[in-house]
Amino acid sequence: MTSTYDADLLGYFGASGGQQWGGRFMPEALVAALDELTEAWRDAMADPSFVAEFEAILVDYAGTPSRLYHAERLSRRVGARILLKREDLNHTGAHKIRNVLGQALLTRRMGKTRVIAETGAGQHGVASATAAAYFGMDCTVYMGAVDTRRQALNVARMHLLGAKVVPVESGSATLKDAINEALRDWVASVDHTAYLFGTAAGPHPFPSMVRDFCRGIGDEARAQCLEQYGVLPDAVAACVGGGSNAIGLFTAFLDDEGVAIHGFEPGGEGVDTPRHAATIHAGASGVLHGARTYVLQDEDGQTIESHSISAGLDYPGVGPQHAHLSAIGRATYTPVTDAEAMEAMALLSRTEGIIPAIESAHALAGALRVAERLGQEKGPEATVLVNLSGRGDKDMGTAIEYFGLGDPDRVTAEPVGEVPGDTTGAGEGSGAGEQL
Amino acid sequence: MSVATAFERARAEGRAALVGYLPAGFPDVEFSIEAIRCMVDSGCDVIEVGLPYSDPVMDGPTIQAAAQQALEGGTRTTDVLRTVEAVAATGTPTVVMTYWNPVERYGVDRFAADLASAGGAGLITPDLTPDSAAGWTAAADVHDLDKIFLVAPSSTDARIAMTTAACRGFVYATAVMGVTGARASSSDLAGPLVARTRATTDLPVCVGLGVSHGDQAAEVAAFADGVIVGSAFVRTLLDHADDRAAGLSALAGLTADLADGVRRG
Repeated sequence: MTSTYDADLLGYFGASGGQQWGGRFMPEALVAALDELTEAWRDAMADPSFVAEFEAILVDYAGTPSRLYHAERLSRRVGARILLKREDLNHTGAHKIRNVLGQALLTRRMGKTRVIAETGAGQHGVASATAAAYFGMDCTVYMGAVDTRRQALNVARMHLLGAKVVPVESGSATLKDAINEALRDWVASVDHTAYLFGTAAGPHPFPSMVRDFCRGIGDEARAQCLEQYGVLPDAVAACVGGGSNAIGLFTAFLDDEGVAIHGFEPGGEGVDTPRHAATIHAGASGVLHGARTYVLQDEDGQTIESHSISAGLDYPGVGPQHAHLSAIGRATYTPVTDAEAMEAMALLSRTEGIIPAIESAHALAGALRVAERLGQEKGPEATVLVNLSGRGDKDMGTAIEYFGLGDPDRVTAEPVGEVPGDTTGAGEGSGAGEQL
Repeated sequence: MSVATAFERARAEGRAALVGYLPAGFPDVEFSIEAIRCMVDSGCDVIEVGLPYSDPVMDGPTIQAAAQQALEGGTRTTDVLRTVEAVAATGTPTVVMTYWNPVERYGVDRFAADLASAGGAGLITPDLTPDSAAGWTAAADVHDLDKIFLVAPSSTDARIAMTTAACRGFVYATAVMGVTGARASSSDLAGPLVARTRATTDLPVCVGLGVSHGDQAAEVAAFADGVIVGSAFVRTLLDHADDRAAGLSALAGLTADLADGVRRG
């Protein structure tokens, strides 16, 4: 399972030459716990009984393997084959259940009884609360106070699942501050508590461990693509905030030189404005939350508040393995704006009857650009595999506001129907898409 | 200038040293300089100037609030160095306590050079351990600066030995498993940690986290070479936000009480 793309024993990606990414920039008080976790994770991944139990829980409880679905109407529209990895159909509605079940199973193996987690929009918090309920553990979730107000429904879900939700008022009261607060809790509780980190970022071993727990996405998708279509995809695509779903997809394809790897970052209101979260595109090398990676920071190294319409991508850092893959040119990271993502959300809803998470809509929007180009180069057999990392139910509040949905006058006056440019529909360029 | 002179003097007087922390730029740059000079005049032997950072994961609410206020007031890294220069001019050894990213962003070697030319004695790095600090270690050695790393109750003996071998100036022992902030009682983890640390080094061992008055300082001074106080100073200024003269007076009183404490220990 080891690859040249893996981190070294200290958690550095790219250690063999050039810029090193990752590592562990953490208070000494947490080093013993991180060492213990590293050893437990390595030991568990080498233990067939752990791996088998993890697999069984994923299948029986989380509903994996998720389907690889050929989006035919969308494919005809762009002139290339679009395959969707349906992580949105997993239990709790996103890929994140894979990560938390893996980490919670490891927590039980380590004999710890309490878990803590940070959450932005609440998806990782809900997933953590779910895993804690499943394993019978105490769970405390740190969530920015701004986000607890924006995402009251997810707060209620966590409460129903038995978790304690702590609103974080410090700093900018969003995801990065929730991580700070969870780390502060962990410093004081580390003897009996595990920190279920929500993405493939943070200090070693989290970037590698979270990747291991999420890599089933790509392992399944690669096998499904070969089995269903007899070929590997020409390109794979995923959205990148911290980057857990992306690294989960990409890992299986890193050694397939013919497969182009595309990560799509939250471009917010545009990377030429201050309101975005395109960390690799616009950030600079630095240290945030324990890892050397790209960071949105000012000239004094103070973290800059990020913005994305998608709370799950709204993070001013990025997983260090993505920084490495970008630096060595194995993967390409490109921004997708709020507007492009919302357009893709509406497009998939109408063409395929699938309402994606706004995070996943970023991947889709970027993938459509790639697919149109590949389709022109290679014809309709060109294949782009997109990770549909989550479902959009949680985003309906944002969608209502953005599209002006739910107004009965609007629905009767402008029924949401044909998709512009759909060759199965009424014809090209009606422009209705602009009014979504 | 190393902090060593301050510890030698305290040792010659048969007492522990008092190490006082205040963030630069809190509540503004000029007043923070005035406040730190007041701490020097009232009995601090070593000063830690905090570099305010947006993501202070080791700090409790008191220091977080001060750092946020300093940043909102526009405090820059260059202001921190200016503060060091003003404080070091008093002759009291002055170190900077900072999270790592601002140093990396400034340029590690450039920061070391500018800190040294400001008269700073060295750096305390709460989120940088010696095994990740090759760049800083080299720059500190070139510019003759103290390298103060932290040990914790959770540190293994091997890590304590590795850490103290990399330190110069003193060793910072975090007495509790938790973030900064005043605590009602001292931790029973501190004594054993100091003993384990001393077994590996002749450097002074200072204890931080939680001390807020003279009696606690005396307790810690009984087994440590230095008593580090931060949040209690910050809290004093926060409590007198509307009356700076009263704030300075309270700060002087607290410093005197703590300075008395380290002489009783």
